[in-house]
Amino acid sequence: MQRDEIFEKVQGVLVEALAVDEDVVTPEATLFGDLGAESIDVLDITFQLERSFDIKINQGELFPEGVGQDPEYVQDGNITDKGLEALSEKLPHFDFSGLNDNRSVQNLVDMFTVNSLVNFVEQKKAEASA
Amino acid sequence: MRWMWIDRVVELVPKERLVAIKHISASEDHMADHFPAGDGHPPCPVMPASLIVEGMAQTAGILVGHAGAFQEKVILAKVSRAELALDAVPGDTLRYTAVMDRLSAQGAATKGTVERIDPCCPGTIEPFGEIDLVFSHVDNNMAGMEFPEGNFVFGEQFKTLLRTSGINA
Repeated sequence: MQRDEIFEKVQGVLVEALAVDEDVVTPEATLFGDLGAESIDVLDITFQLERSFDIKINQGELFPEGVGQDPEYVQDGNITDKGLEALSEKLPHFDFSGLNDNRSVQNLVDMFTVNSLVNFVEQKKAEASA
Repeated sequence: MRWMWIDRVVELVPKERLVAIKHISASEDHMADHFPAGDGHPPCPVMPASLIVEGMAQTAGILVGHAGAFQEKVILAKVSRAELALDAVPGDTLRYTAVMDRLSAQGAATKGTVERIDPCCPGTIEPFGEIDLVFSHVDNNMAGMEFPEGNFVFGEQFKTLLRTSGINA
C-alpha cells in the first residue's frame, strides 16, 4: 500500500471520527490542537484504523500511555531524558524532535500529527508483510 | 432513580449481537412534557430521541458487558452516529439490535439498528434508525484516575433486567 493511499484512508478515518472537513486534515495537522480531538476520540480512532486497514492495534502501541503519571518520565510538567528515550523507543512513528527545545507535556501533545498516524500504519503494514 | 430504557432482552449471541425491546407508555413522566400543549396546539407525546439513544446504549452496553462477564466498567464514550427517521409514540414498541463491531481490552464499538413495531399493524416492522456507539472499559483507559472497586455500571436494575430476560449475569 502506497503512502498516499494510506494518507487518504487515515484522512477518511479522521473526518469520520472527529467530524472535521477533509481539507483541514493535512499531514502536518495536530490531532488534539488543529483537529480538536479529545482523549475519548483516541479509542474511536484506534478502532477505525483497525477496521480501515485490517490491522490489530495493541494498548499503548499507537499513543503513549501512563507517561504523565510516571515520575521517572515526567517531572515538574516536563518530559525527562528517560521519558523521551522511552517514548522514542515505544512510539517510533512520532517525530519527537520538537521536544528538544521544549520538554513540556503540553508540547508532547503537539507531536501527535496526522503524519504520525500515517507513519504508524505504514510500519504496521510493513511488519505484516515482512 | 429508575433509569432503564429497555424492557427485556429477547436475544443474545455472546460477543456478537443483542436484541432488546422497549414498550413505550403514555404513563412515562416525560411524555407530559415532550411535548405539552401550547399556542393553540394539543399535547404531542413523543419519545425523546435522547432516550432512544440511551436505550441503544443500554442494549449495546449489556452486549459489551456480557462479553467481559460484567467485570469491566463499561461506559458510553461516544455516539459516533445517530440517525432517527421517525417518531415513536405511546403504544409503539422499539426493537434495538446491537452488533459488536470491535472489542478490545480498552473498550468496544457497536453498530445498532432501531425498528418500530406499530400495534395497529401487527407483524409490520419499520426501520426506525441507526445508532453507532463507542464504549470505554474505563479502568483501562483513565490512567491515574481511580474509580470505586465495585461495578457501579451494572447495578441492581441491570441485574433484574437480565434475570427476568433469562440471562445469567
